[in-house]
Amino acid sequence: MKKNFQHLISTAVPLPIENIDTDQIIPARFLKATTREGFGENLFRDWRYDADNQPKADFVLNDSRYKGEILVAGKNFGCGSSREHAAWAIADYGFKVVVSSFFADIFKNNALNNFILPIQVSDDFLQQVFSAIEADANAQLEVDLEAQFIKIVATGAQENFDINPYKKACLINGYDDIDYLLSLRQEIEKYEAGREFNF
Amino acid sequence: MKRTLVDKIWDSHVVVSKSGFPDALYINTHFIHEVTSPQAFDGLRKRGIPVFRPRKTRATADHNVPTIDQHLPIKEALSRHQVEMLTKNTAEFGVELYGLGHPYQGIVHVIGPELGITLPGMTIVCGDSHTSTHGAFGAMAFGIGTSEVEQVLATQCILQYRPKRMKIEINGQLKKGVVSKDIILYIISKISASGATGYFVEYCGEAIRSLSMEARMTICNMSIEMGARGGLIAPDETTFAYIKGREFAPKGADWEKALAYWKTLYSDADAQFDKTLRFDAADIEPMITYGTNPGMGMGITQHIPALEQVEDKERPSFKKSLDYMALEPGSALLGRPVDYVFIGSCTNSRIEDLRMVADFVKGKRKADNVVVWIVPGSKQVEAQAKKEGIDKVFEAAGFQLREPGCSACLGMNEDKVPAGMYCISTSNRNFEGRQGPNARTFLASPLTAAAAAITGKVADVRELV
Ligand code: SF4
Repeated sequence: MKKNFQHLISTAVPLPIENIDTDQIIPARFLKATTREGFGENLFRDWRYDADNQPKADFVLNDSRYKGEILVAGKNFGCGSSREHAAWAIADYGFKVVVSSFFADIFKNNALNNFILPIQVSDDFLQQVFSAIEADANAQLEVDLEAQFIKIVATGAQENFDINPYKKACLINGYDDIDYLLSLRQEIEKYEAGREFNF
Repeated sequence: MKRTLVDKIWDSHVVVSKSGFPDALYINTHFIHEVTSPQAFDGLRKRGIPVFRPRKTRATADHNVPTIDQHLPIKEALSRHQVEMLTKNTAEFGVELYGLGHPYQGIVHVIGPELGITLPGMTIVCGDSHTSTHGAFGAMAFGIGTSEVEQVLATQCILQYRPKRMKIEINGQLKKGVVSKDIILYIISKISASGATGYFVEYCGEAIRSLSMEARMTICNMSIEMGARGGLIAPDETTFAYIKGREFAPKGADWEKALAYWKTLYSDADAQFDKTLRFDAADIEPMITYGTNPGMGMGITQHIPALEQVEDKERPSFKKSLDYMALEPGSALLGRPVDYVFIGSCTNSRIEDLRMVADFVKGKRKADNVVVWIVPGSKQVEAQAKKEGIDKVFEAAGFQLREPGCSACLGMNEDKVPAGMYCISTSNRNFEGRQGPNARTFLASPLTAAAAAITGKVADVRELV
């Protein structure tokens, strides 16, 4: 897995649709793999390809004007199922950052666990980002994790974003939750011994 | 200090709480299934570590399995491979498996409660968002991703931040023909598909108290559809009576001890919630969804909002959704023909759901234009239905009683609704393509689904009982 993340300047792919659920990000019929690789091919499968597996020209991932490591999406991105395959598909396709004005909880966690940075911005800033990309498909966004800001390079508009300090450290240093939990082994055993109801 | 039920359960499960870090929370019960676990076992292999507490994890095969001829090998190669991997992984790591052919096999959220594995006061996780179902017992249950499945396998703990708490109170009494599924579809239609994001919801009030455990599970099941981390209901006599005597429930002195503890599991009077919502059960009519997220629901006699009623910035998503459904803004659904009826999923596939449907259809026959699939939640539900003669009622009505699994809830097996067709479904998600590419889903209660099966269209069950 490609670990750690600090700073990025990239063009972005706009997807101004609200409530994009994980069934759209990766439809259930592609969840049959037993490894984490290769999901990128089926990212947004049913929006991207028609029934004959031909690319749909009007979908943004098939539009050669738009590319980059940042996906910009409408409100409530990643709602629905807990499938981490959604995060794997996004990472495997090559996105490192997803920008939206609201993220579903489980998706946010799954994204962070896969070193994808979900950036929650205000509705207003999200609109500015969409407008900037509409005006120029090559508009660049700058993301700085250390300083916690995202900037539209052309206009200079920028906004700070929140990320919890623990997750920030994980992203910057490239370590994950299991590393931390495994280090707590003694405390866990002590807890178990002290519990009256250890079902 | 006055505490909510969520806080009581949380506090008693914190293993380590360090400032700047999420809490390490101990997990009592972990359920796994074939779709979200293979990569987690792989992770353990890569790290060279065992499952830390194998007896606290239980496995079943449900998402992918066919619902006819389960005794034969699975035809579809990828599904077969995934189910085989589960068998191999659970054997290698010493985890109990209720796989195909096992009398306990079924949808993970149906078997936990019916086997008495799900108990009040527990922390329960599963790599599946509808884990919230188990909250009906006064447990803190929530869905996790595969990386977290790996964490639990490796350490029996998970890293979490304490959620905000929301109280949803449903007062008054339900009217005839209105059931628990309608309550939850109503709440979601009022607060939207993201209205409870970041919260853990406690449901309470007279209307909730008077529900059976099955009906409570239906409500908690769909908590995730409004974005909530989970939903729970404080345990009471109904809960205890349901658990008593079940396979893995505590027995004898253990039962008494457990019961005494369970009786302490409620939110203290005046405990602080971050948000409180109140609804009146009498305002709820049978519900149906018209769009492509569960928040797009309405009373069955109502009309889909007209474009002007939708906020400007929400119009593109609204239109996209109705285009997918091939429905006109402002139109009614009542009387619209449907092609498929699916009664199943972890929302509504328990014995009580099947009984409710059987009671209604007894002596009636399905309309010619519909295909009706009834998929029981578990082997035990299936056996009980047969024992009660419910299978005969369905057969006489022209319904197919199939074998247990997730089935058309997410269409990972062969049970897919064909493109362009309308399905009235008792499941929990009406997302684009959820029941098959380009399939169109109306979510409703088992009663409303049964009414559609008999009439061949969207019907008001109150006029048929
Ligand atoms: S029945 Fe549907 S919602 Fe429930 S666990 Fe299976 S796939 Fe998920």
